[in-house]
Amino acid sequence: MNKNLNIKSLIIDKPLKLDCGQTIVNFPLAYETYGSLNEKKDNAILVFHALTGDQFVSGLNPITKKDGWWSYAVGSGKAIDTDKYFIICANVIGGCLGSLGPSNINPDTNKIYGTTFPIITINDMVNAQYNLLEFFKIEKLFAVIGGSMGGMQVLQFVSNFPNKAEVAIPIATTSNHSAQNIAFNELGRQSIMADTNWLSGDYSNQNKNPNKGLSVARMAAHITYLSKNGLQEKFGRKLQERDDLKFSFDADFQIESYLRYQGSVFVDRFDANSYLYITRAMDYFDLIKQHGGNLSNAFTDTKTKFLVISFTSDWLYPTSENKEIVIALNAIGADVGFVEIESDKGHDSFLLNTPKFLDTLKDFINTSYPKNK
Amino acid sequence: MKTEFKLIADLIETSTRVLDVGCGDGTLMEFLKDNKEIDIRGIEISKNNVQQCIGKGLTVIEGDAEQDLSQFPDGSFDFVILSQTLQAFLNPEKVISELLRVGKKAIVTIPNFGYWKVRLHLLMKGTMPVTRTLPDEWYNTPNLHMCTIKDFFTFCENRKINIYKSIALQNLKSSKITDTNLALKNLTAVLGIFLIEK
Repeated sequence: MNKNLNIKSLIIDKPLKLDCGQTIVNFPLAYETYGSLNEKKDNAILVFHALTGDQFVSGLNPITKKDGWWSYAVGSGKAIDTDKYFIICANVIGGCLGSLGPSNINPDTNKIYGTTFPIITINDMVNAQYNLLEFFKIEKLFAVIGGSMGGMQVLQFVSNFPNKAEVAIPIATTSNHSAQNIAFNELGRQSIMADTNWLSGDYSNQNKNPNKGLSVARMAAHITYLSKNGLQEKFGRKLQERDDLKFSFDADFQIESYLRYQGSVFVDRFDANSYLYITRAMDYFDLIKQHGGNLSNAFTDTKTKFLVISFTSDWLYPTSENKEIVIALNAIGADVGFVEIESDKGHDSFLLNTPKFLDTLKDFINTSYPKNK
Repeated sequence: MKTEFKLIADLIETSTRVLDVGCGDGTLMEFLKDNKEIDIRGIEISKNNVQQCIGKGLTVIEGDAEQDLSQFPDGSFDFVILSQTLQAFLNPEKVISELLRVGKKAIVTIPNFGYWKVRLHLLMKGTMPVTRTLPDEWYNTPNLHMCTIKDFFTFCENRKINIYKSIALQNLKSSKITDTNLALKNLTAVLGIFLIEK
């Protein structure tokens, strides 16, 4: 799925030392851009994608032929306005849409990496993407924005590169994964590994695919992205194209059918090993530990203007965890705003059409842009 | 209440860090930002207000001053403003002590329950006063702890809080409150503005 002409990528020739100790070099970093970089090069926004996202933020995704994952937020006249700003998004390393990942061929063995691929971290992902600034000759980004795992990358980015972003907007995220977060990720990983076609991660070399395992992983994860009320309202106990229960294990209920569908379309666009690697990176993410047990130390002397956004019905990365970031920033007098948006759509609220969120995001970005101040 | 804003602005020195507690839709913050060289932040409980503030580019966090002021270190602001919201807190005493911990100085403004129209309303009508500055009925008012200018003076005195400046506001007219005119100002002022320090 990587050999697609629609995928732009950089070859990073600068060696990147990964947290696991290995070094990667001459590796591809796939990216996409929207809008145009102005002469002063002060209108660039780096968007970080979440677990199963990719570089195709907006418009038609050439691979899936569906709308980009953040089409509600990014586009002409939208919250992140492609008429005004130059938006860059890269596929994370470990991913499966053009950047170096476990589905790539290992040049040393001429075989697909699979689980011989090194373990990567959020820090590694961010360090790899930093090369984009040099490539586009951008001295300082106007903004770094991302939700969920994208938010973790925002936090890691401003921590690693203190004066490289004017504005930082971490959304529905956390400074480290809770036991519950790790538990759900482990459930997904075990589901993939339990598929007999996973073959200890070597499935691609043997022309197999652990689709069932990956599909169940997606189904379980999908539940965590929604809220109980949201699910109840949309599906309740409604039956799927039948008048009564069938006394079988078919998808009698609409929610079952919906989840099965979500699982089945996911396997067409995502690599099972990438799912293992990226969820691992999220579990390992701990910005507090990285900074000696004090999150504030991640942002010492920061001049960046922060806006932290959470959602009332998000129980995966709840408001309390987002607030911890705000508290750490306030403790050092950083410029931080915070708002919890009312929504019953759960963690997915940031990806969906949530007008109050999109309006707030839009106004904040536009009033924060230096030219509009 | 543009006069109140102007009086607050006059109390604030330039190049200082200021926190507006209960900043509402950010009107005061904007006014101060436009008129003073200061670094101003806000904290506000209403989501709609916070969204408006953030949309205006103001640095505001959503939160409840009764709990969330605790995240600010001691003396992290030069001035902390509490404009007409003291009476709405469950525990005004705790809020004042938090203001004076977080801020080197605090500016507190209170709607004066000792204002003669308020007194007259209760005296003549025998019902809870409803006025321009106190527009709500007893059953839906957010104001849990109304006080008078005199009450606030006594409160500060008992807690050894220094009142640096105290100003009475009556419509558009402002005047200094002193020990000798306190009883009179407590009758004629609609609003009291205090600059305090622990």
